[in-house]
Amino acid sequence: MSSLIKSSIARKVVMALSGLFLVLFLALHVTINLTSVISPDTFNQWSHFMGYNVLVQYIMQPVLIIGVIVHFVMGIVLEIQNTQARSIKYTKYKGAANAPWVSRNMIITGLVVLAFLGLHFYDFWIHEMTYKYIEANPEDPTRYYAETVEKFAPMWRTLLYIVSFGLLSLHLWHGFASSFQSMGLNNKYTPSIKSFTKIYAIVIPLAFVFIAIYHHLNPITH
Amino acid sequence: MKIYLKIWRQKDASSKGKIVDYTMDGIEGDMSFLEMLDILNEDLISKGEVPIEFDHDCREGICGTCSLQINGRPHGPDRLITACQLHMRSFKDGDTIVIEPFRAKAFPVIKDLIVDRNAFERIQQAGGFISVNTSGRTVDANSIPIRKDNADKAFNAAACIGCGACVAACKNASAMLFTSAKVSQFALLPQGRIEATERVQNMVRQMDLEGFGNCTNTGACEIECPKGISLDNIARMNREYLGASIKG
Amino acid sequence: MGILDSKIPSGPLADKWTKHKNEIDLVNPANKRNIDIIIVGTGLAGGSAAASLAELGYNVKTFCYQDSPRRAHSIAAQGGINASKNYQGDGDSDYRLFYDTVKGGDYRSREANVYRLAEVSGNIIDQCVSQGVPFARDYGGLLDNRSFGGVLVSRTFYAKGQTGQQLLLGAYAAMNRQIHRGKIKSYTRHEMLDLVIVDGKARGIIARNLITGEIERHSAHAVVIASGGYGNLFFLSTYCMGANVMAAWRTHRRGAFFANPCYTQIHPTCIPVSGEHQSKLTLMSESLRNDGRIWVPKKLDDAKAIREGKLKPTQLKEEDRDYYLERRYPAFGNLVPRDVASRAAKERCDAGYGVNKTGEAVFLDFDAAIMRYGKEKALTSGLKDADNAHIRKLGEEVVEAKYGNLFQMYEKIVDENPYKTPMMIYPAVHYTMGGLWVDYNLQTTIPGCYAAGEANFSDHGANRLGASALMQGLADGYFVLPYTIGDFLADDIRTGPIPTDSEEFDKAEKDVLDKINRLMSAKGIHSVDYYHKKLGKIMWNKCGMSRNAKGLKEAIEDIAALRKDFWENVKVPGAADDKNQELEKAGRVADFLEIGELFAMDALERNESCGGHFREEYQTPEGEALRDDKNFKFVSAWEYKGEPKDAKLHKENLIYENIELKTRSYK
Repeated sequence: MSSLIKSSIARKVVMALSGLFLVLFLALHVTINLTSVISPDTFNQWSHFMGYNVLVQYIMQPVLIIGVIVHFVMGIVLEIQNTQARSIKYTKYKGAANAPWVSRNMIITGLVVLAFLGLHFYDFWIHEMTYKYIEANPEDPTRYYAETVEKFAPMWRTLLYIVSFGLLSLHLWHGFASSFQSMGLNNKYTPSIKSFTKIYAIVIPLAFVFIAIYHHLNPITH
Repeated sequence: MKIYLKIWRQKDASSKGKIVDYTMDGIEGDMSFLEMLDILNEDLISKGEVPIEFDHDCREGICGTCSLQINGRPHGPDRLITACQLHMRSFKDGDTIVIEPFRAKAFPVIKDLIVDRNAFERIQQAGGFISVNTSGRTVDANSIPIRKDNADKAFNAAACIGCGACVAACKNASAMLFTSAKVSQFALLPQGRIEATERVQNMVRQMDLEGFGNCTNTGACEIECPKGISLDNIARMNREYLGASIKG
Repeated sequence: MGILDSKIPSGPLADKWTKHKNEIDLVNPANKRNIDIIIVGTGLAGGSAAASLAELGYNVKTFCYQDSPRRAHSIAAQGGINASKNYQGDGDSDYRLFYDTVKGGDYRSREANVYRLAEVSGNIIDQCVSQGVPFARDYGGLLDNRSFGGVLVSRTFYAKGQTGQQLLLGAYAAMNRQIHRGKIKSYTRHEMLDLVIVDGKARGIIARNLITGEIERHSAHAVVIASGGYGNLFFLSTYCMGANVMAAWRTHRRGAFFANPCYTQIHPTCIPVSGEHQSKLTLMSESLRNDGRIWVPKKLDDAKAIREGKLKPTQLKEEDRDYYLERRYPAFGNLVPRDVASRAAKERCDAGYGVNKTGEAVFLDFDAAIMRYGKEKALTSGLKDADNAHIRKLGEEVVEAKYGNLFQMYEKIVDENPYKTPMMIYPAVHYTMGGLWVDYNLQTTIPGCYAAGEANFSDHGANRLGASALMQGLADGYFVLPYTIGDFLADDIRTGPIPTDSEEFDKAEKDVLDKINRLMSAKGIHSVDYYHKKLGKIMWNKCGMSRNAKGLKEAIEDIAALRKDFWENVKVPGAADDKNQELEKAGRVADFLEIGELFAMDALERNESCGGHFREEYQTPEGEALRDDKNFKFVSAWEYKGEPKDAKLHKENLIYENIELKTRSYK
């Protein structure tokens, strides 16, 4: 087992597993968010459940945070190692001739998504933590919808969300199918996995973008 | 044809190298790329300069000695060939061609365009074999039937010429395609299954020790491999490795 | 017989090897640890010998000029490896393989050696399969075979068009296992420059580290030369660029006799020379002659029109084509042995029927095969009334599956699609049957110095059959040397390590340094390649596919003069204590300039035609080779006496007890 932790293949597998976990989380996240467009009440119910359920709060949330941290830290570690593996650079290097841009620039798309996550955490998570634990406000199962819609009122934030989801799409475009290859799954299902990846990488970010634009265009009028 | 060359010159492993410009005239399309360099070298010798050292041997694409990064791609612009099989008809009059050695920390430059690929040797020594004595006192060759598709896949993996183009092409200078080709060849054959666990662990350990980068599945290696070794082999090695690690 | 004792065991042919193995001395396992062996060259012969000897327990040091043992030119062998397995049930046997090889060699090889080769051939396949060599298989999972030239059975095992590669990688893997165990020390980018003899025995070598230029001394109890052939003296050949005769030649200069230097194989199917810039020739596997038909136009006018590009070969009607091999040799057709096919191509081209710009090419046409396979495929796929275009497409697919990599190679070099228009081919230098003289134990005339693979002379006579070189290299390395070398080393169990600070090493190193200094300090007028190309032209024109006394005499003088010029005027830039490819080449060409002369002398001495050696004065009225068994049924073994012209000829008479000498006929 110890060899598994130390080897380059193990590091890939860690990237793959944490990545896949985040991919799954995205699906959950987008599903809940979509209810905000369809039915504010349902959205409020779900959000409240997620915010106050013990299992979600004390098990799933830490796991998610660890997943995010592991994925990013390992990604950066790999990037540093990979840069060091070619200490003298080529004068001329035609990367585009043999590999797509997205696969060669996961670190760029990844770092942008990380920066976005900072904003996202500040917007929602920090806010929640402050609301619940620091200010110790009482439970209010109806506040979520309004708070969310309000966030998308400023143009800059909406735009930032759109750009970030664009890059998330690129990140998923390579990362999702790639994680299967890293775990050694390359078989007759591979073409299907690749097709599914492409659909997923477009549909999920697009849904998030739709939600952001929808709320930006439909502010709550008091 | 007139060709402008920008070639990496480096006196020895410890010296600093630089790109030097050369101009060549009267190049014909039927010449191979290395014959073009031969002519340049003859010219340099006649001028009393030290010719450019580059690795080459069979000049028919099988020994894996030639190792030139040509215009940013290992073995040049054409697919499924080595630099020695590249012909000047792939270029046009007035082209500028940049020639560099394969670059990787694990492939230090020896001189000019020659690199040291002993890292590959050590990876194979770590486990790229089946531990059977060469006494010939084995079973009859036909007593081990092997499914044709497995035999063919094993052959396709074994066709690797060990040139290092995969490392040179990879943005991470990863040696996964090379290592996985050898692991796969043996993993696909019943003769090789017996020590498959140790083999994959030992070869991957050595690969990591040599300072190659990590695989990020860009697929550049497969595109640039002169023998078309497939990415499937990397997946197979990942699988073998995970299986081996779980087994202990 | 004097000094040439071939040490062939007595007894019936089929029992000789077993009997010999039972009688020779062995070294016990504990003592093997105290014995060192140097192996120069890591191709099939050297690589397999190194692995086997290390496995037995000897301490092995291997030397190769390449950056890895895996790059030795055995890797380029395409077609296959013969073995008398009789898996096809077509009547093959050890005897038949033996018979075909002796006949193919035009009765100029040793019966006992060849029989041993046939005897161990099956074992080679067993060994390689257990090592994981991925030979071609049929759908039942068993090994597949194909046919090669000069035989009537299907006994060639293959791995697509890369059999040599797969076999070499097998031997290399076996070596790696021993390197990993510390039993082999592999010196890559090292070149042997001299053999060191102590008390009459080969005890070490002087080698140059090609990266640092350092001259190194290495000692051992025995030295194996497995450095391949010397065909590169023709400059243009199918050999790799670095192939050289240095190790074998310097061994010869130290006393090992050189046998049959004039026996050269000119392979019939190579891509023709395209221009002055050409640095090497590329082989198209003999396996292509299984399906390709060789032809030239029947009419001189058509040939001229094709040469000038006014007529396309595909436009020529069937009746206007001369399938000259099928016409002259109906029994074997396009699958006649290499020497016969090459000469026939030369004959047609000399008569003015050549089909490329230089008039030195013939067609190798796959059209008939494509249509034949296409029809077969259409029928088996249930397409009863497929049209011609569809049949052609199906046929092209079958041909691609069989020879795809070769066709691709051809298209890359020539820029023509061989599926649509016939290939153009011409003979080129491919292999040298001659080499260091060895006895049955593969020992040269220097005790403790052995030669294996193409570097020795023993098994192929005057012409080698296709797919036999791989067989011989591996037989020597895996199955012969490991036994026979013990016979010599049994006396060395108490010798202890050989010191490298002896007078003999001092002297050998000084000789090497002197030679390098001479090369570095010549006047510097012409490059090494200038001389190499000149030598190649002399060799090709006067010692090539057909030879005559006048030309050979001229060649001897021309080469001697060129050699003199070389030593005075060669230009070697750079420094000796540095990586210096020009210096490496200079050393090699210096040796080619010596062996070239001996080659011509040997060809002049041999007043007969046999196998690859064709003397124009000795031919039948139909132009076939005319052997002279009465006067020339011997091996020429040359002893070094200073200048090549002073070399002394020794003769080893060849005795045929099991085969009746006949005129070789493939009609």
